[in-house]
Amino acid sequence: MVHYEVQRGEHQQPFPPAMKFGVVIFPGSNCDHDALYALSRNLGQTTSEIWHESEDLGDVDAVFLPGGFSYGDYLRCGAIARFSPVIRSVRRFAHAGGLVLGVCNGFQILVEAGLLPGVLMRNQGLRFVCRTVELVPGTTDSAFTSESLPGKPLRIPVAHGEGRYFADQATLDRLEAEDRVAFRYHGHNPNGSQRAIAGVLSEGRNVLGMMPHPERACDAVVGSTDGIAVFRSMIAATEAVSAGYAG
Amino acid sequence: MQAEVNAQVAADHGLSPEEYGRVIKRLGRVPTLTELGIIGVMWSEHCSYKSSRLHLKKLPTSGERILVGPGENAGIVDIGGGWAAAFKIESHNHPSYIEPFQGAATGVGGILRDIFTMGARPIACLDALRFGPPDDPEHGPANRRIARGVVEGIAHYGNCIGVPTIGGECAFDPCFTANPLVNVFALGIFRQDSIFLGSAKGVGNPVIYVGAKTGRDGIQGASMASAEFDENSEAKRPNVQVGDPFLEKLLLEACLEAMQTGAILGIQDMGAAGLTCSTAEMGGRGGVGIEIELNRVPQREDGMTPYEIMLSESQERMLLVAERGREWEVLKVFEKWGLDAVEIGRVTSDGLLRVRHGGEVVAELDNGFLSDDAPLYDRPHTTPFRTAPMEGPELRESSGEDLLAALETLLASADLSSKRWIWEQYDYQVRTNTTAGPGSDAAVIRIKEAGVSLAMSLDGNSRYCSLDPRLGTQLIVAECCRNLAAVGAVPIAATNNLNFGNPEKPEIMAQLVQAIEGMGDACRHFGTPITGGNVSLYNETLGEGIAPSPVMGIVGILEHTEAPVGSCFPGAGHRIVLLGGLLPGCGDRLATRFGSTHYAKSVLGTTWGLPPAIDPEYESAVQEAARRIIGQGLARSGHDVSNGGLAVALAECCFGSPSVGAEVSLNTDLPPQYALFHESPSRMLLSVAPENIERVQQTAAELGVETLDLGETGGDTLSVRLNGAECFQVPLSRLHAIWDTVFESLLETQ
Repeated sequence: MVHYEVQRGEHQQPFPPAMKFGVVIFPGSNCDHDALYALSRNLGQTTSEIWHESEDLGDVDAVFLPGGFSYGDYLRCGAIARFSPVIRSVRRFAHAGGLVLGVCNGFQILVEAGLLPGVLMRNQGLRFVCRTVELVPGTTDSAFTSESLPGKPLRIPVAHGEGRYFADQATLDRLEAEDRVAFRYHGHNPNGSQRAIAGVLSEGRNVLGMMPHPERACDAVVGSTDGIAVFRSMIAATEAVSAGYAG
Repeated sequence: MQAEVNAQVAADHGLSPEEYGRVIKRLGRVPTLTELGIIGVMWSEHCSYKSSRLHLKKLPTSGERILVGPGENAGIVDIGGGWAAAFKIESHNHPSYIEPFQGAATGVGGILRDIFTMGARPIACLDALRFGPPDDPEHGPANRRIARGVVEGIAHYGNCIGVPTIGGECAFDPCFTANPLVNVFALGIFRQDSIFLGSAKGVGNPVIYVGAKTGRDGIQGASMASAEFDENSEAKRPNVQVGDPFLEKLLLEACLEAMQTGAILGIQDMGAAGLTCSTAEMGGRGGVGIEIELNRVPQREDGMTPYEIMLSESQERMLLVAERGREWEVLKVFEKWGLDAVEIGRVTSDGLLRVRHGGEVVAELDNGFLSDDAPLYDRPHTTPFRTAPMEGPELRESSGEDLLAALETLLASADLSSKRWIWEQYDYQVRTNTTAGPGSDAAVIRIKEAGVSLAMSLDGNSRYCSLDPRLGTQLIVAECCRNLAAVGAVPIAATNNLNFGNPEKPEIMAQLVQAIEGMGDACRHFGTPITGGNVSLYNETLGEGIAPSPVMGIVGILEHTEAPVGSCFPGAGHRIVLLGGLLPGCGDRLATRFGSTHYAKSVLGTTWGLPPAIDPEYESAVQEAARRIIGQGLARSGHDVSNGGLAVALAECCFGSPSVGAEVSLNTDLPPQYALFHESPSRMLLSVAPENIERVQQTAAELGVETLDLGETGGDTLSVRLNGAECFQVPLSRLHAIWDTVFESLLETQ
């Protein structure tokens, strides 16, 4: 395992504000605060909160679906959230090409909402697991992974009870053929996901669902800054689009 | 309508004949059944502290940083910059034995409500757990089932509500087989100008019920927690409440939002004794009366009697008093979060708790009579109960191989092995504040808002306390503070959970009294006033009680938000310094005091004698030296030497990621078992860059603290030399594999 040394007194380089992230808050969301903090304070971007009953996403460049237990996750994780007003808008936003990142419960919701293929089952060990794992980007050809170095592991925490990615063989083959596996667990697979898949992209490559929490890895003081690569990729993609319009 | 009340019915409600006599005399009549139920729970040990109150007064409770001391839902300390922290520890022992998952889960729910009812946002949980041995030939399966259920219950509730469980401790002993202990600590932060108290104010103001509907669960839970268990305890399963962390998450957010309206004057959670305790206590604290109409209480089931509604311990409920005319501001917030919020009564001037059911008065009792006039006992206490002999087996000659085998036995014990299996089930990172998580000497979170960090340590040692409750408790306080010093923090305040057996037995009562007195002395010495806590008595099943098990939770402060030093060696080429010396404070009776060590328990299979001795002045000097050395950046790691002694502490220092070996040499006349495994306090292992070694020695010497340069870090073995000769050298991979995996295999065995 790579040893990460926390550097005392290290201050992060703020990034120039380039985009606006909307963070959706469901009843039971509990990583919303972490996402807002990381995006605004560690990355210097503009953020807004989007309440689950709102169908108006506002003028956001990207939507972040945070971790937690939306609506208590009764029935099945994400199964109730998919019917929420806000998800109707997120679906439209995604279909129009907007960037959507779902982390942990957010990934579960995207899968339930049909925006991403596969399901997330109970962890293989049948227990909740919280630990920092290593991820390798499966592709650098996406708005979420372009700033990752190919093959270089990222240290990002997982914290979930139901994160075992499962899909039929044909779907898995297709995901790989279309280069849509965004991240794979490297070395230790914490939940028994098929083909060690930690994150997948939509067909249009503008929706990413992942179990690990990049927003928890944006500050050296809490252990890792490797999550920044995900958000920096999104910023780069947004800037490229703006530049395209301008040009 | 109501059943007849007599002395027998009163006894069934836990009231002694004398106590029932007092009720009749005071009321001038026979109480109604509802009234009897109310009095029964309010006067239960759990709610009234009738056996311990007299002695709890001996504890220090005030200090510079104390904003709110004992008596409220939680204690509050000043953490600077206009910010405050509320924290408390509470037990859920009895329910966790009956139904481990729900018992532990609702324990977490209860303590979190205690924190946010004061207006603080909970940001950290820790827990102290005690179970019967997982490998016990007879009770192993049951012990494992309880332990797995408790851990899963804590994980379920804490993970769902999004409060990180950042640390704790866990130990095993046969006395916890039928009396497991689940003590949960929580801490929250808020602005000092937005503290809410559980006090009713303003005659005519509305009393509002919010949160979950009331059901028949948990009726008389507080009474259950105030009695011993017997063969029929299984029948008490319906007394255990069922928790819903999602509902509590909504309640948490709604309460904090509603408090910002400024229309809430007082608020209290419904925990033990539910509606009874919250109405009586809010009225009592405010010096006013409260009148409620039970038909207005949201109910989950049809046909509930007044008795059942008043005594239900349904979870996730709160009671609040709002300003008349502005109650709609509060109600609107709860509506937004989809929660019931109903005006069920009003504040009155008569000092009475008046309960109506369909208009008819079913209970009318004086609030003061219920709380302030609750029985207070000076229970007889003699000498503390103990079975262990004063002297133990003679120390045998030990070869290097024997000593290594002993080290491996200790690292493979349920008590000392890595508890990763437990804490990986807890989300210890959510809220992105955890700068030192589980497995550290003390857990540390940064307080982004206040520019400081708070360190927390929970500690208990039932073995020490069973040999000497007074000294044992002093050692616990000292160790908590030492754990805080190991991350560079200054201890500021404490909470305590007193877990004992039946106080009506004079030898058990003596344990309680001496533990409290020892705690008082130690807390005064270390400057950590007690801001509140919990007393859990009657931890006995079929007459078998637990060892005296006080648990301390101490909070410390660091004036920065950076990551503290870790407990493991950071890399090769550092000097290993034993701060404090080889066995400080244990000059006399070394053999007698060796009987309280883990070595005696796990290697020799017996316990005898006394706990290690402690010199409080020297202990303070060691802690101060550690803080100065760490504060000046002279040490790259710091680890307290405690359970298992020096050898175990050295091994633990090697188990970082990646592992870092060590080569140490000891020169001493002591028997090698004492040098390696004695548990003398006032010691810490530091790793120091060679160029800083002189400054470290000088800093310690200025405070009169001894330092020993034991050797150097590096390599992939742990090598120990004694008086110039090799004692043992062992690959770290082997030690680490034992220590890291044994707990999981012990617990996962079906």
